[in-house]
Amino acid sequence: MLIIGIDTATAQVSVAIGGHEGVLASTQSLRGRQHAEVLTPAIEFTCRQARIELSEISVVAVDLGPGLFTGLRVGVASAKAMAHALNVPMIGVSSLDLLAFPVRFTSRLIVATIDARRGELFYAFYRQVPGGVQRLSDHQVGSPDDLASEILASGEECLLVGDGAQRYREVFEGLKKIEIVEEGFAHPAASSLVMLAHAQALREQWVKPWDLQPLYLRKPDAEINWSTRPAP
Amino acid sequence: MTTRVLGIETSCDETAAAVVVDGHQVLSSVVSSQVDLHARFGGVVPEIASRAHVELLTPVVARSLVEAGIDNDHVDAVAATVGPGLIGALLVGVSAAKTLALVWDVPFVAVNHLEAHLYAALLEDPEIELPVVVLLVSGGHTLLVLMEGHGKYRVLGSTIDDAAGEAFDKVARYLGLGYPGGPAIDLISDQGDPTAIAFPRAMLAEGYDFSFSGLKTSVVNHVRRNPEVSTADVAASFQQAVVDVLVTKARRAAHDHGAKALCLAGGVAANSLLRERLLDVCVADGLRAFLPSRAMCTDNAAMVAAAGWYRLQSDGPSPLDTGADPNLRLLSTLL
Ligand SMILES: [Zn+2]
Repeated sequence: MLIIGIDTATAQVSVAIGGHEGVLASTQSLRGRQHAEVLTPAIEFTCRQARIELSEISVVAVDLGPGLFTGLRVGVASAKAMAHALNVPMIGVSSLDLLAFPVRFTSRLIVATIDARRGELFYAFYRQVPGGVQRLSDHQVGSPDDLASEILASGEECLLVGDGAQRYREVFEGLKKIEIVEEGFAHPAASSLVMLAHAQALREQWVKPWDLQPLYLRKPDAEINWSTRPAP
Repeated sequence: MTTRVLGIETSCDETAAAVVVDGHQVLSSVVSSQVDLHARFGGVVPEIASRAHVELLTPVVARSLVEAGIDNDHVDAVAATVGPGLIGALLVGVSAAKTLALVWDVPFVAVNHLEAHLYAALLEDPEIELPVVVLLVSGGHTLLVLMEGHGKYRVLGSTIDDAAGEAFDKVARYLGLGYPGGPAIDLISDQGDPTAIAFPRAMLAEGYDFSFSGLKTSVVNHVRRNPEVSTADVAASFQQAVVDVLVTKARRAAHDHGAKALCLAGGVAANSLLRERLLDVCVADGLRAFLPSRAMCTDNAAMVAAAGWYRLQSDGPSPLDTGADPNLRLLSTLL
């Protein structure tokens, strides 16, 4: 079983290929708003590094978000197209799950955060379990202060990971019992995606390309404004 | 050797895919319109359009392949609209198209949406005799183009403010006729008197450029001053004014440049009066008229696949690091 993982949910574009024998190749690049330009050549390059043909891929895994909408859609649209063209199933994994996974070797509470712009964060809480992490809450959207008060209320030692924690460093640094993970782990990695998808693939937890949808967590502004418009 | 091109179009609020052989033989053309999703907002909402494209594109592509009766891996090239349009919407189609081309190991072709509209008429009648003057009128564009050969254009004129389709939408909204405005005005104008109100014909005698914002203001002022006026008369008179200007300038352009034919393109080309008047002019002047079917006037992917085939012949494949350009223009070619 060969899995390709595609992640474009944050400022980073990353692609990885792997399977039973682990991750064979992975690439990442940080080129700001250039997801569409970067992704297709990155897929081609990662295949060459892994010495495989795209036709050998048996599962397409993708980071479902939450994240920045436009970038996220580049990855999801590409992944869906690929799974359709190869006639193989898909696996979607949340960006916050991907952030928590590589920092799992801790007894502390893990808080995965993604910068949601407009002064807000996407976040969720995790704890280490054998073989991975377990999400303790739903994905949430809130201000850095909302998150800070949730952390304080938990009374636990926390490990904060992701570009959300980096961006609002000054809000969290002052809190006791908190550590912010270094920059190297600030973005979801496609290599984590391949590993998490592999575990799901063994349990045959697939989705069909047309059923897979991004996790936005926010309605389009027009709909928000529509539902809060004054009565005529 | 024939070339089957899969075309993908996601520049605005239609999710479309089509398979076209050698730029003219349409094997399938699937369009999934999102107009219902946007209607209550009175216009296209970019974020809603982008989300719908992600949801609809895979089934639309799958259907276009099934209807074309070809297997997934028997496509010879993939063409996609890269601009102009809504950036988030464009990126969905471009990303999917590049990935399909990569997986199938076939060329990817980047297509200019405006050029695709020019090819909509050629698609139904490849025996077109050049040069031809194309009047491209849609919600986003009003262009008068001299097409001298494949990929060889001279942009003669364009709008200096609102696009023709935009004027239809704004006036329809003001008159309470709903969205989209073009078909609504077309329909109600049937019951109105097009000579009831003498709305201005802006810049009628000058050059090939257009202006429609003054006309919209005249409509608003007229209704304010005459609250009892018949809506059908206002709509019919407004439509008559727009069509007069479009047809007069297109006719003059054909005459000035020795064109053999006049061709309509873009969503507004579905307007009944515009089609009728353009046909009259062509008959009177001995020109051929190319009036694409209504389905070819509005956004579709068959025109993208056709334009993509011609681009592939002239320029070869586009690189896989191509992105989308929301402000892409149709540039005059240096001859
Ligand atoms: Zn168009």
